[in-house]
Amino acid sequence: MKAPGTFAVSRSTLAKDLRLEWRSKDAINSMLFFALLVVVVFSFAFDPTAEESRKIAGGLVWVAVLFAAVVALNQTWARELRNNVLDAYRVSPAPANAMFLSKVIGSFIFVTILEVLMTPLFVMFYNLRSIGPLWELAIVGLLATWALVVNGTFFAAMSIRTRSREIMLPLILFPISIPAILAMVWATTQILTGEYSPWFWIQLLAVYDVVFTTVCLVLFEIVLNAE
Amino acid sequence: MSFLYTPDSVAAGTTPAVSLFEITKHFGRFAALRGVNADFAPGKLYVILGENGAGKSTLLRIIAGLMEPTRGEVRVLGTKKLREVAMRVGYMAHAPLLYDELDAMENLRYFAGLYGIKDDAMCATALLRVGLDPSLKRRVGQYSQGMRQRASLARAILHDPELLLLDEPFSNVDVTSAKDMASLLGAMRDQGKTIFVVTHQAPVMQPVCDECIVIAGGRLTTREKGIPRHLLSPYAAEARR
Repeated sequence: MKAPGTFAVSRSTLAKDLRLEWRSKDAINSMLFFALLVVVVFSFAFDPTAEESRKIAGGLVWVAVLFAAVVALNQTWARELRNNVLDAYRVSPAPANAMFLSKVIGSFIFVTILEVLMTPLFVMFYNLRSIGPLWELAIVGLLATWALVVNGTFFAAMSIRTRSREIMLPLILFPISIPAILAMVWATTQILTGEYSPWFWIQLLAVYDVVFTTVCLVLFEIVLNAE
Repeated sequence: MSFLYTPDSVAAGTTPAVSLFEITKHFGRFAALRGVNADFAPGKLYVILGENGAGKSTLLRIIAGLMEPTRGEVRVLGTKKLREVAMRVGYMAHAPLLYDELDAMENLRYFAGLYGIKDDAMCATALLRVGLDPSLKRRVGQYSQGMRQRASLARAILHDPELLLLDEPFSNVDVTSAKDMASLLGAMRDQGKTIFVVTHQAPVMQPVCDECIVIAGGRLTTREKGIPRHLLSPYAAEARR
């Protein structure tokens, strides 16, 4: 027998996570419910014109996604704590960062599904029409989602052994994500309004993604094996 | 008094399966283990007994590499780097370490992948060895406690480990199943595996036990061949006191 490689373990862990989610629907249901709540409540709170919508939608969209993602990220690790299954992974020769990678990709898929489902609702509730090109919005969406789930997965793993992990995660995650949050909100707003070029913010998001993905991959073994 | 280092318990020229040197573990102010020294020869079945909170599970977790000792050194299969020998070690904990939403075969298939095993037949064999049907489609969450324990044992022996660490494998298991599991462990020992079993059910392990270790207050207090009579029926011994 040979110790398994990172990608083989990532693939099987991702397949296992998708199967678990398909059967339990824990993460996707709570995310959808939460995001829907934010959209509806904000639509009652504001009654924006089309022009105002373009200016505030960037913030609204990412606030909804951010809070919903936190719910999903907590769920991702919670299922590894039930029956202490994480210990079975820790005693195996499987590389620690393989688990991290699979969790990030899994959460990325869940949050992307949420965004796809929520976009028509946002357009409908806020009467949104983008002036800038939609393909730029797609790039921002992918980069911003990756930024959220990479950090979120890492810090959710750090907080799983704390007593109030649901509170701990946003407390740690939000401050460290401020550059990414600024970039995703401004890039989205500038594409929607078409006033300025969003590329500075898109580049910032890309750099943020590369830096945090690398750092998290390197440090994850310490987090996984911390007592 | 801590148990003395016993180099004579391991034959000359043989690398101990597990060596513990001055193992101490603190949880805050509480000392779960206090300067434990011992060598354990390969190919034997060790039964670890002791009261709740004596430090048995902590010792097993340290040997498994799940916990760092506060002080001291542990060598497993000849190395201090436990990650290097993870492939050769099997661990079964108090909790089943299985996903409730998957059936036993799906669980084992996933864990087999963590050991680089792609052969479904090995998963099926492990389940059959513990008396479970590999074709059973029921999810582990719907299993009885006894079935979960057996599935958990199947997960631990799946990759045919040289060193097997079992923490209370018989809890909530009926007597017949427990005896079957003990015979399986005996057979594995006969094949040269080293096995540590933490249990409160000493009589179940008596027929296959090579050495009995008693932990009390974080120290190894007894180490004997076979299980001493007074430990086989602790309730009777307690009543006589």
